[in-house]
Amino acid sequence: MRQTPLHDAHLAAGARMVDFAGWTLPINYGSQIDEHHQVRTDAGMFDVSHMTVVDVRGPQARAFLSRLLANDVARLQSPGKALYSCMLNENGGVIDDLIVYFMAEDWFRMVVNAATRDKGVAWLEHQAAEFRIAVTEHYELAMLAVQGPEAREKAHSVLPEEAVAALDGIKLFSAVESNDLFIARTGYTGEDGYEIMMPGAEAQALWGRLLGAGVKPCGLGARDTLRLEAGMNLYGQDMDEEVTPLESGLAWTVAMKDDREFIGRPALERQRAAGLQNKLVGLVLEGRGVLRPHQSVITHAGAGMTTSGSFSPTLQRAIAFARVPVGAADRCTVEVRGKELAARIVKPPFVRNGKACEGILQAAE
Amino acid sequence: MSEIPSDLLYRESHEWVRYDDDGTATIGISDHAQAQLGDMVFVELPEPGMSYEQGDACAVVESVKAASDVYAPLTGEVIESNSALEDSPELVNTDPYGDGWLFRMQLADPAQLEGLLDPSSYADQAEG
Repeated sequence: MRQTPLHDAHLAAGARMVDFAGWTLPINYGSQIDEHHQVRTDAGMFDVSHMTVVDVRGPQARAFLSRLLANDVARLQSPGKALYSCMLNENGGVIDDLIVYFMAEDWFRMVVNAATRDKGVAWLEHQAAEFRIAVTEHYELAMLAVQGPEAREKAHSVLPEEAVAALDGIKLFSAVESNDLFIARTGYTGEDGYEIMMPGAEAQALWGRLLGAGVKPCGLGARDTLRLEAGMNLYGQDMDEEVTPLESGLAWTVAMKDDREFIGRPALERQRAAGLQNKLVGLVLEGRGVLRPHQSVITHAGAGMTTSGSFSPTLQRAIAFARVPVGAADRCTVEVRGKELAARIVKPPFVRNGKACEGILQAAE
Repeated sequence: MSEIPSDLLYRESHEWVRYDDDGTATIGISDHAQAQLGDMVFVELPEPGMSYEQGDACAVVESVKAASDVYAPLTGEVIESNSALEDSPELVNTDPYGDGWLFRMQLADPAQLEGLLDPSSYADQAEG
């Protein structure tokens, strides 16, 4: 198992460590529900150094990504701007989901999943062969996600002055570079905040300063309930190579308006022409209980399956994502340990900026 | 290091048993078990009047992380379940041997108590 540069800091903070995608990472430091609320109401930090940072450099970087990604890097015009996209195979199946940052015409930075690192990077390198670009993985970088309504202010209080100056006026979903820090106003929680990349050797010092500023350590457990509430997919659970983004709630990330030829497009067009069979929706359990992945869902339009599910600490109810027939709406039942429990079908996200989204709680009442 | 009270008996599946001398026993899950599972959000308890054989799954404790069966540590009939857990499942975390108890049983065969783990045997297993 690989350890991040913050391993000792996690142990010192009382972390319960688990194996995740080949890494030893904290699942929680005590109560994962407290960590969840910490991010919704104040500021928490996650060690996400297991995420893979890949730079694409060269004169054809944009052309390469235009072919590689289902979302259109033409949308990235101002330096620092970020884009969420899927990387598809020829069948339209999702190889990985990622964030790509446009830094310069000859430099794009991508952050891809740890769980798919080998497969994803191999695919990248395979597709890169036809283009004049260089693909470089940055193993030496650590990454800290500082998230929550107070996250930016608390981060500003401990970041170097130059970095704070560079962050002045930074827009959502953008990044800046300052010396050896790469700071993006992105995240996986539905809250404001930063994802900060830095050389591994500097991670412990920044961690310590953030702790001192009142940013509390949060583990993978809270990260999962936060992203689920925020309506964000988890690769390998909510989508994989067997399904397309169109049936994974990610049609908004597929840019097909012009005739750009990206990998997987013909398959997506065939799927659209034939008519989509399934869609990914949100579920809110009406009564008591907890939803989990891989539970059977019965709708008026046919059967489906939950892909992610948990207890929402913000809503105090069980929520899930489920892949169901396109005609499904309103009510459904979920099979939980032999019982059919009533749930409502909703449109994610469930929670944004600390509050239940419109229609989410009403839908369950 | 989790707490393992010396006046209780345990089962390998992490239930604890407090024998009450009148042929009844109170049952819960150990501090070790609650710590492994993490924050409890839902507890499903057996109805009074239900009978179980030793080893039968009879309750479910669900944390944010996972659902886990609780097994009847002894054969008998459920005489009471802890209704406070319906609204406050977190009592299993905060007070696993006190307010976080799960249910009480009328034992069919108190001799089965001898087959349970004493605190030191359970400690070896749980912390080992």
